[in-house]
Amino acid sequence: MQTLSSEAPAMTRAGGADEVLRVSDLKVHFPIMSGAIFKREIATVKAVDGVSFSLERGETLGLVGESGCGKSTTGLAVLRMLAPTAGRILFEGTDIAQHDASAMQAIRRRMQMVYQDPYGSLNPRMTVRDIILEPLEVHGLANDRAAARTRVDELLRLVGLLPDMADRYPHEFSGGQRQRIGIARALALEPTLIVCDEPVSALDVSIQAQVVNLFMDLQERLGLTYLFIAHDLAVVRHISDRIAVMYLGRIVEIARRDELYASPLHPYTQALLAAVPVADPEVEAARPRMIVTGEVPSALRPPPGCRFHTRCPSAMPVCKTIDPQLTDLSQGRAVACHLHVSPNT
Amino acid sequence: MGAPILQVRGLTTRFRTDRGELTAVDDASFDVDRGETVAIVGESGSGKSVTALSILRLIPSPPGRIAAGEVIFEGRNLLELDNASIRDIRGNKIAMIFQEPMSSLNPSLSVGIQVAEPIHEHRRTPWAAALEKATELISRVRIPDAQSRLASFPHQYSGGMRQRIMIAMSLGCAPSLIIADEPTTALDVTVQAQILDLLKQITKETGTALMLITHDLGVVARYADRVIVMYGGRIVETAPARELYKSPRHPYTVGLLTSVPRLDGDTGQRLIPIDGQPPDLARLPPGCAFAPRCRAAIERCHHERPKLEPVSPTHQKACFVDANLVQ
Repeated sequence: MQTLSSEAPAMTRAGGADEVLRVSDLKVHFPIMSGAIFKREIATVKAVDGVSFSLERGETLGLVGESGCGKSTTGLAVLRMLAPTAGRILFEGTDIAQHDASAMQAIRRRMQMVYQDPYGSLNPRMTVRDIILEPLEVHGLANDRAAARTRVDELLRLVGLLPDMADRYPHEFSGGQRQRIGIARALALEPTLIVCDEPVSALDVSIQAQVVNLFMDLQERLGLTYLFIAHDLAVVRHISDRIAVMYLGRIVEIARRDELYASPLHPYTQALLAAVPVADPEVEAARPRMIVTGEVPSALRPPPGCRFHTRCPSAMPVCKTIDPQLTDLSQGRAVACHLHVSPNT
Repeated sequence: MGAPILQVRGLTTRFRTDRGELTAVDDASFDVDRGETVAIVGESGSGKSVTALSILRLIPSPPGRIAAGEVIFEGRNLLELDNASIRDIRGNKIAMIFQEPMSSLNPSLSVGIQVAEPIHEHRRTPWAAALEKATELISRVRIPDAQSRLASFPHQYSGGMRQRIMIAMSLGCAPSLIIADEPTTALDVTVQAQILDLLKQITKETGTALMLITHDLGVVARYADRVIVMYGGRIVETAPARELYKSPRHPYTVGLLTSVPRLDGDTGQRLIPIDGQPPDLARLPPGCAFAPRCRAAIERCHHERPKLEPVSPTHQKACFVDANLVQ
């Protein structure tokens, strides 16, 4: 067993060569400033505090956790929509963590985002055609108007909409249809990586399945790589190959999908899974219940030692003082917990 | 069990909009028995929240109005009471817990006053005694150090703690029915489990009936005794929880259960979504509201509206299609 440094090759799917993304020891800190004229930093919110993972081509990594765990911030930092405080973001072999805006512009063609809110993320004054064309225009790919038109029709068909919907406005569509428009826009530039930030959580349950299936179909057809950020553990299980569980700015466990759900190692993963009810009263009646007490502490003052120790049912004295490192247990599985990794190794 | 504590008969609530009057709840009838947990499930626009608000006459009017029906509680029709009498029921015999605890608490009053207020108002308890009772209730919802917490304000609490305060407030007058409208939708999943466990345990101890309004089929499976499924403002199916999940009879219920990924489900299979889009209440089809999305629909479904009819003594559905074809 070895502790992960920023260079450790752990937490990757076994033997993968075609790596799209490798994030090493990523930190995103937000200073809290005070003072009217002479601003000074009075505190720091460590939203993401040392996160490492990698993603292979065609793979889906689910990033789960409760609100404030840093999962969305991680997604935004990967796309460089937020400046990372420290760490490396290797996208297709290039470290983009320190790229300036013009260098990022070229990279952004290959990494796109699908947002949570299908209402807020589409400009209400633009037609669907203009919304989907905009990324092409920004990158100078829409000069041939006829070709661009055909491309929009093609994209609409790809996401299960009809080309004759292109001249309508977002308010004419339902939530599920709007999310399809957002996906078409993300696909316009033929990206390699799509960061999906809670893409189905604003949708009604009967519509969620349509959009989840669309994501999976598109991945199969276009070989897309997804970083799928969500709080719904059942949806994440359905769509992901591997899953990383975050708590207070850290990844506490990362594993292949079936391993994580069948035998979660970190007490937080166990608590999270136990908290989600299964839609079957007979299964529910028989399921063991493990309820963690309390709520997530403030990211302004994370507890010392293991950040979960204040709520952990198996906390030991060592957990209060020594911060467990995310440690590789076997191919593709890592956990940050003193129960599984002795602090001395 | 005796007589039901609440009987809703033919409840119909309409809203006037720019696009004409729409029927948010259409001819809903159901009972709630003493001490039982009834879940009303449905998606946005299904009429589940409007049903709950109509029971306590909390529908903003205009644009809304309760157009027809009866809500019988303790032998009286709540829809016919004068304003003073209905106010005497709200927060007293029927308490309500809302989705967003921050907007249901008064930000400028201390938590203690807010929990004590209904006790003082409804039971004419002097303030000192009401505050003492509030302390007891606050510790009952497992907020540590209740005595010193009385003076704190809602903004000093987290979302989960605020919802605990809402539960404490609802318990003040020992209601016989608590209506909880998506009480944990705004909360994280570990906190959701804490809050719902608490609510379930307290209602069990006190024999209080609980009407749980939710869109989450997992929450229903874990906490409900009986389920009412709504679609397009109408009740489409109702059954004891175990029966509903084991043998759903309405194609919409079947669709919901197969379209939602489960923690213990088969990951190799694609989800089976319900086709089409949610219904537009202003333009409902003349027949069954679900017919345009229904794979089992027959000719009759498109022009005739099915009535809620018994499948068994405890199980009802509103569907023309033979239940065996639905599965």
